[in-house]
Amino acid sequence: MTEQPSYEVLYTRLVAIVARLEGDGLTLDESLALYEEGVALAASCRHVLETATLRITELQRGDS
Amino acid sequence: MLRLLSVADLNLYLRELLDTDEILRDLWVEGEVSNMSRPASGHVYFTLKHGDAQIKCACWKSSVARLTWLPTNGDAVLAHGRVGYYEVNGNVQLYIDGLRPAGIGLLNAQFEELKARLEAEGLFDLSRKRPLPLLPRRIGIATSTTGAALQDILNVLQRRYPLAEVLVAGCKVQGAGAAETIVAALEQLYAAAVDVVIVARGGGSIEDLWAFNEEIVARAVFASPVPLVSGVGHETDTTIIDYVADLRAPTPSAAAMLMTPDVADLRLALRDLSTRLDELLGARLDVAEIALAGSTQRLALRSPAARIERDQQRLDEIEARLRSQVGQRLALLDARLGGAAARLAALNPRAVLSRGYAIVRQPVSGAVVVDPAVVMAGELLEIVLRDGLLNVVAAVGRE
Repeated sequence: MTEQPSYEVLYTRLVAIVARLEGDGLTLDESLALYEEGVALAASCRHVLETATLRITELQRGDS
Repeated sequence: MLRLLSVADLNLYLRELLDTDEILRDLWVEGEVSNMSRPASGHVYFTLKHGDAQIKCACWKSSVARLTWLPTNGDAVLAHGRVGYYEVNGNVQLYIDGLRPAGIGLLNAQFEELKARLEAEGLFDLSRKRPLPLLPRRIGIATSTTGAALQDILNVLQRRYPLAEVLVAGCKVQGAGAAETIVAALEQLYAAAVDVVIVARGGGSIEDLWAFNEEIVARAVFASPVPLVSGVGHETDTTIIDYVADLRAPTPSAAAMLMTPDVADLRLALRDLSTRLDELLGARLDVAEIALAGSTQRLALRSPAARIERDQQRLDEIEARLRSQVGQRLALLDARLGGAAARLAALNPRAVLSRGYAIVRQPVSGAVVVDPAVVMAGELLEIVLRDGLLNVVAAVGRE
């Protein structure tokens, strides 16, 4: 099972991209590339939210 | 002031008197239980005694259900409730809604002693309280695997934040040896690299919750490498670990809520971010468009056509300057010519004629006669006047 990036990782990256787009000094190509990456990340985030199910593991008691 | 009352009136009066008394409405009474009876109705009745004094007590079924501990005859208890008047048999009774062993005083003393000691040691310092992770990945829960608290927590997490991976470390949450199992559960969770820990237990009496007032548990909570939330008992219960934990939640469910964002809020935040993303790109495209328009305009200004127009203008200016210089020169020449003409005019004999002078000429030779001696008498002469010739004959002259 391959570990997909956590919601936190995806979301943090998305926030960073928005922050970069808010800054100055980007070429149009850079802006477009960041935008496309942001749209893809937002889709991934949505997918994670829609498909999430709580995973529960019970640790074995060491002392009982 | 003689007044006659019916028994019913008197009892009603007495009941109202007792019901409206501030002290009797909410009080603790210490005494020994006797005559305990538990009829099929589910209510519990007994008498509280202290030396020669006694009072009848009733605990309704609904209150019994909430009791965490039920005494037997001979137990010293602290009873909480209100005093009321039972009109049917004319008894003043204690209506009980809480019962604790009278030995509670000892536990309270222990609690205060440990609390003061750990506080002095700095285990409660606010400066070491850590913020909870905003989006926890692995949540560790130390609680009884059979308790309602675990189900409450899992229900909240499933509904609010199904993104998490939950590790449950089971432990005893009351009775002998409970403290040691809680410590072991915490250590298991610490070793499992969780992001945040909940220590939880449902409500209970102070004895039931006592494990969470044990020093080894307090120190294990203090040792947590990640933020830890305590969710022990009900809102009104306070345990030592509530002071040590990074965050104290009033109940297990509240602990789960406090440590997780709601997935609905995450969706909203995500939608806002997506919108912002679109807006930012839109703004960037606007900037590019404006820049393009600006460049086009600058390009137009620098085009050969503009250059030619500018050169043309310069040419026109030079030509104009040239013209004006030539004009000046011509004017100068003109002025000079005017002077010469004037001077010439001054020399013109006709100018003299116009002032009335005359020129006398010999018509054949055209010679101007300036000496009367060259004229013979009877000779024809021409006199030039301003407006014409006059032919005359000399009356005198040489012979």
